[in-house]
Amino acid sequence: MKLNITLNGAKKSLEIAPNAYLLDVLRDLAGMKSVKRGCGEGTCGACAVLIDGRLRNSCITFAAHCEGATVLTVEGIGSHEHPHILQKAFVNHGATQCGYCNPGSLLAAKALLDRNPDPTMDQVKEALDGNLCRCTGYVKRIDAVLDAAKEMKSSREEKR
Amino acid sequence: MEKPAAIPEYPRTYPKPDKFDVVNHSREKLDGMGLVTGTRKFVADFDLPNMIHVKMLGSPHAHARIISIDTEEAMKMPGVVGIYTSKDVPRVAHTTAGQGYPEPSPYDTFMLDTKVRFIGDRVAIVAAETPEAAIAACRKIKVQYEVLPAVFSIEQAMAEGAPVIHDESDCSVPIPIHFDPKRNHCAHMETKVGDVEKGYKEADVVLEKTYHSHYAQHCPIEPHTCACYLDEDDRVVLISSTQVPFHARRITAQVLQIPIKRIRVIKPRIGGGFGTKQEVLLEDVCAFVTMKTRRPCRWELTRAEEFMSARTRHPMSVTIKMGVKKNGKITAMSMKVLSNTGAYGSHALTVMSNCGSKVLPLYKCENVEFIGDTYYTNLPVAGAYRGYGATQAAFGAEAHMDELASAIKMDALKFRAMNHIKVGETSPIFQALGEGRAGVSMVIQSCGLAECIEIGRKEIGWNEKRGKPGTGIKRRGIGMCMLMQGSSIPEIDMGSVFIKMNEDGSFNMLLGATDLGTGSDTILAQIAAETLGCDHSDMLVYSSDTDFTPFDTGAYASSTTYLSGGAVINAATKVREQILAVASMMLGEKPEQLTIENKTILGKNKKNKITFSQICKYAMYEVNQFQIGAIGSHVTHASPPPFSAHFAEVEVDIETGELKVIKYVAAVDCGTAINPQLADGQTQGGLLNGIGYATTEEYHFDKSGRMLNPSFKHYKIFGANDIPEIKTFLVPTYEPTGPYGAKSVSEICINGALPAIGNAIKDAVGVRICEGPFTAERILKAIREAGKIGKD
Ligand code: FES
Ligand code: FES
Repeated sequence: MKLNITLNGAKKSLEIAPNAYLLDVLRDLAGMKSVKRGCGEGTCGACAVLIDGRLRNSCITFAAHCEGATVLTVEGIGSHEHPHILQKAFVNHGATQCGYCNPGSLLAAKALLDRNPDPTMDQVKEALDGNLCRCTGYVKRIDAVLDAAKEMKSSREEKR
Repeated sequence: MEKPAAIPEYPRTYPKPDKFDVVNHSREKLDGMGLVTGTRKFVADFDLPNMIHVKMLGSPHAHARIISIDTEEAMKMPGVVGIYTSKDVPRVAHTTAGQGYPEPSPYDTFMLDTKVRFIGDRVAIVAAETPEAAIAACRKIKVQYEVLPAVFSIEQAMAEGAPVIHDESDCSVPIPIHFDPKRNHCAHMETKVGDVEKGYKEADVVLEKTYHSHYAQHCPIEPHTCACYLDEDDRVVLISSTQVPFHARRITAQVLQIPIKRIRVIKPRIGGGFGTKQEVLLEDVCAFVTMKTRRPCRWELTRAEEFMSARTRHPMSVTIKMGVKKNGKITAMSMKVLSNTGAYGSHALTVMSNCGSKVLPLYKCENVEFIGDTYYTNLPVAGAYRGYGATQAAFGAEAHMDELASAIKMDALKFRAMNHIKVGETSPIFQALGEGRAGVSMVIQSCGLAECIEIGRKEIGWNEKRGKPGTGIKRRGIGMCMLMQGSSIPEIDMGSVFIKMNEDGSFNMLLGATDLGTGSDTILAQIAAETLGCDHSDMLVYSSDTDFTPFDTGAYASSTTYLSGGAVINAATKVREQILAVASMMLGEKPEQLTIENKTILGKNKKNKITFSQICKYAMYEVNQFQIGAIGSHVTHASPPPFSAHFAEVEVDIETGELKVIKYVAAVDCGTAINPQLADGQTQGGLLNGIGYATTEEYHFDKSGRMLNPSFKHYKIFGANDIPEIKTFLVPTYEPTGPYGAKSVSEICINGALPAIGNAIKDAVGVRICEGPFTAERILKAIREAGKIGKD
């Protein structure tokens, strides 16, 4: 069957199996390798993407259910040339060790900051709780998100 | 006869520079941007055209003989490409432990066997067009088993007449170490120093207790993954999530009986390992399937397989006996270790011996005894796991230190402070307990423990809070422990590096050392840059590839910074000499008069100047042309321990037994932190893994030996919302034998949570819990058994 989505800002029409999971579609058909498989059962958040702005584990999401949706992966939020403030903050704070959890946790952070630009530490912890990391102990990741929030706020204020 | 060439004399110490330009600074992780933008590749990210997928049919029985396997129906399933059983593969006894050769682990494993020894053990290989097709075919394979009585505990394994797990005649040990498979006795080690009996007689208090540590899994978020293809020359190329690419190549060649030269192992980015990827678990099968089918293949473990059939921490019972005088002097100590290696003996000897070698030297004592025994059981296979025995032994030893302190009515901190090893001191254990052979004696040259204790004491509020649990339903407690580890396996492991210069003054650095997410590419670049006089971003780091990077034993035994870092200095020093030689010719000044500052060579009095770029171009294109570049290797003659003090504050609900870790403090002396931010990250990540192990992580088995909770849903590792307040401190010391004063940092931090939290629970509710994890049930049971707190 056909799947029409807006993936990282571009319209895509993909030929998918009706029972295909979004994770496999994104990785194998759309080439979005940032979307990682950590468990394949919705428990680690490595495969998390934003579907219409909401954080979803793509390994347990049927691609067919995403017809017409807007899907965002880490490839769509920034690049080497133009990294997102969150991406820069993750690197600056040492929130990336092996990096396998980063795409999912970055999207979780983005979803949080999109709806709550000024979160408390507890809100950050809560929002990123579903994105397991075995390397960092989370401290640096939480600092990175709080710092990015601050920076985004001040750049918004500058613009005004 | 001609004499063999002399063994290279590696530097025993490195000179200390007046100041650091690159190391000891938190420089940006070289692969950081690639990781956060998703461009850096992990094994599963390589698209191989026409690739098939591998699945392993796992055993449903803990112990059984395979009578027959019928694959006829399975072969007819759509998408199936091949099914292979023990009849189809070479039978070569080997170990999956990726250790130096010859390995100190028994050769007791076969690619496929006619016997299965734990639930999840290999039965048959299926290759199919899709993972789903392979799984469907697995279900159609008909296996007839003769189920054998199984062994699920060390007690059962050592009992007279116990079922023999390794009854095959072709298992053996590659080096002369104790191995008695007929008794399920996988390894034994003992050593005695001084006169332990006399020591106990001199003591005022003698205490003995047994501490049990449990099964756990490393849980790298990337599961074991391996891909394979045949290259243009029909060579077997493995892309693998391995900590040990060179051992993986050697062991794959051994298992498949093909020449090493036919195999190339590429290690791309790795999604964490923590020891479990020091095992060669997938490579042999992937190489076999690709050679048989002549198609690329990939095998990715599922999370359940990762729990059940990858590797785990060795569960152990550690019995500690110590004698102490009223004045706090330790007169004797004994450690008896019983270790369960599961169905195969991967790291069976060395994890057990590390219980002694990484814990006993921490406290001064003339009379010391260590006895360790490892047994086979029909449970999941243990292997290397960050901490490597020190985790299990430190739990017992550090709980015991608190018990002794309270027996002689001395403050636990004071008792430790007066007894711990200090600069200029040694321990007979360093020499007595090695890895499959005698160890290497050494004198401690750096130790920041006193400062670690001081920092932790203040940060946790020891003086104000210790011994004041309060009286409500929720009691508070403070506990601490001290730790040591090692840095590399001295005079056994080897690392090497190749550095070459480019025309713009940048360098390619080809590392055998394996960055598995620790940031070692970055810190090794910093070490090279410090030596060469450039920035770490001028180093183009490539790790690792058995075709292109020189040999390194791999990322284990806390070795990369200390051992491979030494190799980097050795290589970079040679390159620096070449640069200065060319500069001297170009400037007409003596090399001794030249200095390097930020990729520029300065002549005497800084008058003449010439850049790295000019030098390289000159050497490449103009006069006396040659490639500026060098290889450096290193073997260490010591394994200096990093030291650490951990402090925990907990709250225990005396009605429910519920435990909350409120605050956790770790101060660590890792010598010079090459990259403080990354060292700190290692500390935080390791200690949180330790807290998970101490409080929630646990394997549950049913009566048949099946793990009941092989999923993150039921095996709880900490998420962001679960963490306590965490405070970490790096205490700088200078280790003269290490590169720019560095020691290791990665492993030590995982060992503290069990004892520190256990000691804090004791402080809160007065009960000693000798078995992890500290679940509400266990704590409540202990409180009830003690029969005091619940009532008052
Ligand atoms: S891979 Fe989707 S939640 Fe783990
Ligand atoms: S950085 Fe490795 S899992 Fe998070």
